[in-house]
Amino acid sequence: MTSVKLAASALAIAAVSATAATARDNVQVAGSSTVLPYASIVAEAFGENFDFPTPVVESGGSSAGLKRFCQGVGEEHTDVANASRKIREKEIKACAENGVTEIIEVRIGYDGIVFASQLDGPDYSAFTQSDIFNALAPKVMVDGKLVDNPYKMWSDFNADLPAEEILAFIPGTKHGTREVFEEKVVAAGCEATGAFEAMMAAGMSEDDAEDACLEVMADGRAVDIDGDYTETLASIDANANGIGVFGLAFYENNTDKLKVATMSGVAPSTETISTGEYPVSRPLFFYVKKAHIGVIPGLKEYAEFFISDDIAGSDGPLAEYGLVSDPALADTQDAVYNEDAM
Amino acid sequence: MTDTSANRPGSATSLITPDARTKRRNRAEARFKVYGITAIGIGLLFLVVLLGSITVNGLGAFQQTFVNVPVYLDPAKLDKRGNRNIEEMKKVSTFGYNPLIQQGLLDKAAELGIETPLKKRKQMKAMLSASAAAKVRDFVLANPETLGQTVEFKLLAASRVDGYLKGRVQRKDVARDKNIDAEHLDLTDSLVAAGVVAKTFNLSFITGADASESRAEQAGIGVAMLGSFFMMLVVLVLSLPIGVAASIYLEEFAPKNRWTDLIEVNISNLAAVPSIVFGILGLAVFIQVMHLPQSAPLVGGLVLTLMTLPTIIISTRASLKSVPPSIRDAALGVGASKMQSVFHHVLPLAMPGILTGTIIGLAQALGETAPLLLIGMVGYIATNVPDGIAAGFLDPNSAMPAQIYEWAKRADPAYYERAWGGIIILLVFLLAMNIIAILLRRRFERRW
Repeated sequence: MTSVKLAASALAIAAVSATAATARDNVQVAGSSTVLPYASIVAEAFGENFDFPTPVVESGGSSAGLKRFCQGVGEEHTDVANASRKIREKEIKACAENGVTEIIEVRIGYDGIVFASQLDGPDYSAFTQSDIFNALAPKVMVDGKLVDNPYKMWSDFNADLPAEEILAFIPGTKHGTREVFEEKVVAAGCEATGAFEAMMAAGMSEDDAEDACLEVMADGRAVDIDGDYTETLASIDANANGIGVFGLAFYENNTDKLKVATMSGVAPSTETISTGEYPVSRPLFFYVKKAHIGVIPGLKEYAEFFISDDIAGSDGPLAEYGLVSDPALADTQDAVYNEDAM
Repeated sequence: MTDTSANRPGSATSLITPDARTKRRNRAEARFKVYGITAIGIGLLFLVVLLGSITVNGLGAFQQTFVNVPVYLDPAKLDKRGNRNIEEMKKVSTFGYNPLIQQGLLDKAAELGIETPLKKRKQMKAMLSASAAAKVRDFVLANPETLGQTVEFKLLAASRVDGYLKGRVQRKDVARDKNIDAEHLDLTDSLVAAGVVAKTFNLSFITGADASESRAEQAGIGVAMLGSFFMMLVVLVLSLPIGVAASIYLEEFAPKNRWTDLIEVNISNLAAVPSIVFGILGLAVFIQVMHLPQSAPLVGGLVLTLMTLPTIIISTRASLKSVPPSIRDAALGVGASKMQSVFHHVLPLAMPGILTGTIIGLAQALGETAPLLLIGMVGYIATNVPDGIAAGFLDPNSAMPAQIYEWAKRADPAYYERAWGGIIILLVFLLAMNIIAILLRRRFERRW
């Protein structure tokens, strides 16, 4: 028993001394699960090519990552937040309140959002933003009037779509992907169908109409997926008539199970996304805490390595995995080199 | 007497031929037996299905495809100044090594006389793991004198090639897959026939570190296993003494009053608290208030200690209770103090039960994932083998179940196989711990 007691007290001492914390020597990253694959590829290559330890990358969603990022300056806080959307004003404010005043924004490239369904399932091969809006919105335009959504089948509003019950697996609200889905698909569909104008005409303010546009039916046809794309994939596997929202990279890794639909007639690929033809894409970011540069060893090197041509260029491993490389990468490289804060 | 019994209805039958009522009761009994056997059968069926699917899905992870590639270590590319200075050679990143390796494989195929439409060096990229360059680079930096020679390396094949040999990647799916083409599969077949590509036992799955999304073929559970090990060490060292001390006091010394009753009820309640609650508690107390490092096995161990303590206290109290009072009375009777009677007589007799309870508590903690999600042990974390004991407790690490969860989330289907493989390893550990618990009980248990 004495040896056990000895070990126990040693451990207690270790726990206490850890509070004073020996200097952290690895970069800590948290945030978007969409950026996680890219960040892990970079972290791995970084560990191989530099004498710094491999950075630690956690997931959990853009909002959660930025929240942790903004908790303060110091070794117990993360150095980098990955995000699949731009940081919001109120997040910058929250950061500033906790002393995180200088943030370097780094855009790593673009990611396409695709609509995919079971490979052997119904023929969902072409959607427009209006189709998605008509399928999911609680109020839609029928014969020029704004009415409660009467549609049950895809074919009810678009004869080219299969006569299947509407079922869509969309990203949950904690995901950055949800914002892009709302902005680039649902809101665009709302305007294209004329529902937005009709709402304004009915006396809604612009903000209210915008919010009303983004609502989705709560009758089970739109299922929020709070987990990762694997969860969406499992749901698609179990529901032949379902469509799911995926990242392009995830789809490209699972072409044996999924088939992808075009959006407004454009098939998603790295080419169509980089030219901007494919409408549903979004930039991916990571945010670096400037106060940690020079304190956490390897932080600046990691940021520079992430956006180096070897990694984020059009031939690099990130592009290979599915990232659409940023044409303005050189500017970003300069900004990181100069540590330009937002 | 025989007359009266003969007059009662239903008594006309003998013991040998059962009457209707007995028959009914016998049938009910037979039916119940069938229900019971069915229940057991269903349970067994689930077990067989579970173990079967785990084995079928997971065994693949224990084998991995390797390619033997002769690589010409070109000094003009790898040491541009030519002065064999390690610091300068480090400037050539892994990206500088890829062309040499791809050329090596292309030359090897040509040397073997394999007909393939793949003539370009870059087309070999789909055959090899991205980890190949790092392996060759490490070798060159460790042995700079080999520059200028052709060295044969045993490199990991890409996960699609590996999947093809394991039957996971089908030819019909390849047409839509941008990572690999049918020509690559043809080349793979030829290289397998030539013995250049071969599937062997994959030790690095058991000992290796986690890998990034793009190289499932390299990922191993070894580092996460160490993370689990350090966590279990924390749990054992904290929960055993605390749990045993608490239960001895409650069982042997504490007066029976409202307070001890309250404590007892609370310990039982604590045992039923869902583990995720302990995770949130750990995040709030250990990380945000005490500023212990994120993702550290020490914090994981502390959280799991909270979870294991009630289990250990309850089982320890049960085994202390099962020591007959006569032992205590005899000890006290020959003049031992209360403490002597407990520590010299009661505790040794209760030890097998205590150990069993502890091991089962540890096994529970070993398989626990939920609290670890909240203290940052899931993600791309288990990447470095900790260098030293302190680093083992404090450096970011994952744990086996968290690693399995992480793998199951990833996009590449090869990770799915690895998740099942990880489950096999985790089950082996749990089985081993339970067997140890049973053996201890069998070996040391006393009956009165």
